Amino acid sequence: MLKLYDIAVQSRLLLGTARYPSPSILAEAVRRSKTEIVTVSLRRETSGGKSGGAFFELIRDLGVRVLPNTAGCHSVKEAVLTAKMARDVFRTDWIKLEVIGHHDTLQPDVFGLVEAARILTDEGFQVFPYTTDDLVVAERLLEAGCRVLMPWCAPIGSAMGPVNPTALRSFRAHFPDVPLIVDAGIGRPSHAADVMERGYDAVLLNTAVAGAGDPAAMAEAFALAIAAGRLAHKAVPLEPRDMAVPSTPVIGKAVFS
Amino acid sequence: MTFIINGEEQDVAATTLADLLLALDYEGDWLATAVNGELVHREDRAGFSLGAHDRIEILSPMQGG
Repeated sequence: MLKLYDIAVQSRLLLGTARYPSPSILAEAVRRSKTEIVTVSLRRETSGGKSGGAFFELIRDLGVRVLPNTAGCHSVKEAVLTAKMARDVFRTDWIKLEVIGHHDTLQPDVFGLVEAARILTDEGFQVFPYTTDDLVVAERLLEAGCRVLMPWCAPIGSAMGPVNPTALRSFRAHFPDVPLIVDAGIGRPSHAADVMERGYDAVLLNTAVAGAGDPAAMAEAFALAIAAGRLAHKAVPLEPRDMAVPSTPVIGKAVFS
Repeated sequence: MTFIINGEEQDVAATTLADLLLALDYEGDWLATAVNGELVHREDRAGFSLGAHDRIEILSPMQGG
């Protein structure tokens, strides 16, 4: 069973709640994914507006754990304040920490990320940092107090899947005991199965499900792929090799000439 | 008094953060507030005095990835 900070979860799929065609489709996708954790955000509320309240009720009714994010924050100060405001609303110490460094790629500002992680950990937060596959940054995040790491496999929303499998392999090998969640860049269930086969502990998805033609069906497809990838990892897959190996034994083969 | 509320200048007759939320019809246990870049916990709003041109952020849950 996967343990994230002190919480044990069965599902290895974390699901974002943005960009669904409707609240009911979001709810159905959450149910069919069998996720236990959804990500949420905070935005400015209009005077007299009740949109936040309606969404809050929807999430509460789903009965899942909430992982608030600091999406859209481009500075340490913004991210830290947003995290504190999220804790005040959602009553959880969990925070998906994003400090964005580049407008086009949404690549994390890893320097700000480490600084914000340290500040938040000192204030009692349990930080889930959205980071790159850089090993040194990951070391710094662990030193800052993070006990989960969330490397990207491609830019957010790009649906490219793992663009640097070598880096993902190194990352897993360097941190064998840290829960690793691939966050961002997954486009298809086969991508999710791929990273799970490589030994990643979980996958965080949003656009790949919400932007699908049938988000609820895609949520279920991802759940199946993630479970299959996990099972395959535990079963220890073969490593690729350059030359052919006959699968049928050659000993005892008839000789006709 | 004049405040900057969610980035927009507004005149509101309020001296505390709780008064301001009431005056602007903000209600619900899902709101988060900050003044001048610092969190103000929900239980502290009634006792939190506002000054002219304070920058007030009022946030609520939204969909997120």
